[in-house]
Amino acid sequence: MEIARSTPNPGLRPTHPAGAVLAPAAPTPRTHWLRRLDAIDWLYALALAIGAGFALHRYHPVMDVYDDLILVLHVPVLTAIGWHWKPFRAFLAAVALLALASITLYQGELARAEQTFLLKYLISSQTAIMWMSALVFIATGAYWLGLLARSDFGERTGSALTWLAAVMGSTGLFVRWYESYLLGPEIGHIPISNLYEVFVLFTLMTALLYLYYEGRYATRRMGAFVMIVISAAVGFLLWYTFTREAHEIQPLIPALQSYWMKVHVPTNFIGYGAFAVSAMVGTAYLLAARGILATRLPALRVLEDVMYKAIAIGFAFFTIATILGALWAAEAWGTYWQWDPKETWALIVWLNYATWLHMRLTKGLRGAVLAWWAVVGLLVTTFAFVGVNMFLTGLHSYGAL
Amino acid sequence: MHRGTARALFELFSSMRFAIALLTILSIASVVGTVVRQNEPFNAYLSQFGPFWFPVFEKLGLYSVYNAGWFLVILAFLVLSTTLCIVRQTAPMLREMRSFRERARAASLNSFAHRAELMPAMAAGEAVARSQAYLRQAGFACRIADNGEGTLLAARQGTSGRIGYFFAHGAIVLICIGGLLDGNLPLRLQVWLGDKHTTAGNQLIADIPESARLGLDNPSFRGDVFIPEGRATSFAVLGLGDGILLQELPFTIALDKFHIDHYENGMPKRFASDIRVTDRHSGETTPHTIEVNKPLTLDGITLYQSSFEDGGSRLAIKARSLLPGRPGVLREIAGQVGESAEFADDRAGFRYALEFTDFKAFNVEDMGGGEAPADALRGMEKLQQHLGSGAKAAGQRDLRNLGPSFTVKLRDAAGQAREFHNYMLPIEQDGRWFLYTGLRDTQADAFRYMRIPLDEGGRVDTWFAIRDRLLDPAQRNALLARFAARSVPPAGGQDATREALVQSARQTLGLFAEQGYDALGGFIEQSVPAAGRSQAAEVLIRILQGLAAEAWMMARETAGEPALELNPARATYVNDSIAAISDSLFYGAPAWLQLDSFTERHATVLQATRSPGMPLVYLGALLLVLGVFAMLYIRERRLFVLVRPGGALVAMSSNRRALDVDEAFRNHVEGLAAALGAPVPASLTPEGA
Ligand code: HEM
Repeated sequence: MEIARSTPNPGLRPTHPAGAVLAPAAPTPRTHWLRRLDAIDWLYALALAIGAGFALHRYHPVMDVYDDLILVLHVPVLTAIGWHWKPFRAFLAAVALLALASITLYQGELARAEQTFLLKYLISSQTAIMWMSALVFIATGAYWLGLLARSDFGERTGSALTWLAAVMGSTGLFVRWYESYLLGPEIGHIPISNLYEVFVLFTLMTALLYLYYEGRYATRRMGAFVMIVISAAVGFLLWYTFTREAHEIQPLIPALQSYWMKVHVPTNFIGYGAFAVSAMVGTAYLLAARGILATRLPALRVLEDVMYKAIAIGFAFFTIATILGALWAAEAWGTYWQWDPKETWALIVWLNYATWLHMRLTKGLRGAVLAWWAVVGLLVTTFAFVGVNMFLTGLHSYGAL
Repeated sequence: MHRGTARALFELFSSMRFAIALLTILSIASVVGTVVRQNEPFNAYLSQFGPFWFPVFEKLGLYSVYNAGWFLVILAFLVLSTTLCIVRQTAPMLREMRSFRERARAASLNSFAHRAELMPAMAAGEAVARSQAYLRQAGFACRIADNGEGTLLAARQGTSGRIGYFFAHGAIVLICIGGLLDGNLPLRLQVWLGDKHTTAGNQLIADIPESARLGLDNPSFRGDVFIPEGRATSFAVLGLGDGILLQELPFTIALDKFHIDHYENGMPKRFASDIRVTDRHSGETTPHTIEVNKPLTLDGITLYQSSFEDGGSRLAIKARSLLPGRPGVLREIAGQVGESAEFADDRAGFRYALEFTDFKAFNVEDMGGGEAPADALRGMEKLQQHLGSGAKAAGQRDLRNLGPSFTVKLRDAAGQAREFHNYMLPIEQDGRWFLYTGLRDTQADAFRYMRIPLDEGGRVDTWFAIRDRLLDPAQRNALLARFAARSVPPAGGQDATREALVQSARQTLGLFAEQGYDALGGFIEQSVPAAGRSQAAEVLIRILQGLAAEAWMMARETAGEPALELNPARATYVNDSIAAISDSLFYGAPAWLQLDSFTERHATVLQATRSPGMPLVYLGALLLVLGVFAMLYIRERRLFVLVRPGGALVAMSSNRRALDVDEAFRNHVEGLAAALGAPVPASLTPEGA
């Protein structure tokens, strides 16, 4: 049973990514959650723990206490995600395998990216990101084909390709991280420090968030819309690569040499990604509400629910991200808040979604108004994300340093 | 105030509608501050908005929106509204959290969207016990009451999530109050109430009046501490409006050294200040290093690496004359950045003030021209270029350190200043070497650069010698004669031809000496028909080249050096020289300032802050995160099981209407049905879904 069609009984059940309904014969919601774990779950957790243990042992001399702490914290967090969202386990395993393969092939020499076939054409960072870009475009086409031709095969293909795109993009970022250290130990840094790198991150986050909802709501029909915004991001990324050579790894300027960057930026992009998903689902809602594609899209209340869920998670993480940004600003610039354009626009984005949530949850507003609002919200968010960098001048004294 | 009015105001201010209006206004007001650049010098606004709008915008507080009275009023209303909202919600929320609603009747349960009728396969007492066991296992707190219609199990889950409301909204109030304490409101209150006045920024510390000084008891401030290397200070400068206030610090900070480290590609890697802090009272001195992202907190004051400037580097400068007929060095000047020196010459009749404004020991520039050669590639080839590691860019970025440079303003008696930016070391371009000197008339312009070519010995002397001979009227006849003699040797007769050549060369040189290439161009445009212009230009340039080459040889002769063969490289040198001479006619200074040597001295700019609101804000931030997650993710659910003769009525309510409520309800009904041995009802769809 799929929730996507307006069946008389649109109950909600988690389903397998392949679409098979995991409806237990006798519902067992009361079984203890630990007992619901299978062997793969435990294997997954074990692999994570071993991986972290190995990294801790091997790289301990070059890591400080924060590195250690964050590394260790990754184990329970990733375990929890994988246990709650099963396909994530395979995703993470694939990324780990590809990234490790790439690192092995490099043998510590950057030049091998040009000499080794697999590196040059598959799993060096740039190539992997190019694969991600291509896969995103093809997946978008497949989802649309699936939607318009009512083809389950098209949607399945779209979904599979989106997973692959996320795998390639994540691999690309991890390998890029490694490559930056090959450039020189003092140059090495996590690849979330400039617009190019965060666009890859945005693509990944948005795709993964979408894939989560796709599984959670057991419908692939929203993919066609969500992939539009991801494709747009990839389009920008390619333009940025080919005309601006933005992909070149640059060392970190002093202001960015901070631990806060590593937590602030990814948190922010969970927010941006979720807002993007909500806006695209909102677009689908608006069309369906007017009868356009209505029979092909999921039921309105499903779209509405996804929109709310996405905004809720986006808001929660954006709150954390903004606070982390303020903590960082306090350390780097001496004040946690100085009304710099980027900060101010983050506040505007935040206020916007706070108002949205109030309207829905306390005033009980529903329907097209909220959907329009989510779409406009993405415009505001986009301005805060890229517009501010392009059109407004910051007051940071670090611009000058 | 009338009780009715007070009540109405309370209703208004604590209402959701009012809060949402405030949030909207706050957002729009914030946008204004991102569009108009904030806290710039007032004359920048004056030139941006013009004399009419400048004062209007100033009155509106647009140059410092976030400190403007009206903006603070909006914030204050937000605090008020949120506080009243909390006040208003507290009683109902607490009641909600505590109550089980065990007095609910079947009639009201029947109005729930989620409800189902079960047929237990057992006696009522047993059904109650089993339901209770199920509810407990499912994580519900449960009360059992007899409501007259049967036995009601009233269960609830997640009501503690309502604490989130208090956390999140209390956090808003905390953050706003903390923010106000750390903003410049306390400072402005002191100015209004404490008889303090801002003063102009450009004076010596000793001259700053008592009324512009703030004592150690000032609870909240943020200011800049400027310290040149080898100096010490115990003051921070706070900017307020267009003036400053001086904040006393409880310690003295001495800067030993300021470090700037670079990566190999020239990007900055580290900025750090080695300081020594001496406590005023104990006299104890401790060394510290402050870096970007590594601040230092002492006595409740936090010091941050904010930026850096030149701290008075010493420059040894030669003023090389550009006055025709006065070759050589006019003066040697010892300058210091931040100071000014007199530069006057009675014979030439000029008098300037030289203001040394900046010095940089490193100038890393991208000399790659910006264009990526990859543009020439197409399709697959271009894609190929972008595969592989992220370490390389297809376009050649050519970052080069151009060495030391300094800027200086040449101010005349009328107060007009022209700014110059000179490099100390030559810069290579297409295999030739030049010394660059930039000039501009106003701060708003970009520098225009003149490039002086270096001779084969790597010096500029030859260029100055050629220039002097070409431009000095006193030497003109000799130059023309030599030029004519070389072009048309006297031995061959042809006196008339030679005379004609001298005539046109004199005219060419005369024009060139006035306005350079511009004058020649203008002359050709005026006197030659369009068809013949390019040929005429070629002739004039040929003559100019001949004259310049001759001037060069004459200069060598005077210096006792042998004549040179004119090969292609030397011909290029001659052309570069002529171009630079032409540019130099618009240089607007009697001399070119050559930097001979320097002693660099940095100054660090630290920011000193005392932020009493910070703990409040951080606490607020923590509560905000906890509150938001609690509100959004702790799901409050109330499940009622009314066991009565003829069946059990199951109903569920939630404070959030979302699809997962349907799912939860289905699960619970199925769970209860299993516990009670009852069949699962066919449809559990809530009404109106
Ligand atoms: C900057 C100001 C404010 C922010 C950022 C903010 C934020 C939030 C957030 C994120 C929620 C969670 C959405 C939800 O779960 O319902 C919420 C709920 C709520 N807010 Fe606000 N709020 C603000 C001001 C106010 C004000 C002034 C009021 C009073 C009218 C108010 C009343 C409420 C109420 C009644 C709820 C629902 C609580 C519940 O049912 O759990 N908020 N607020």
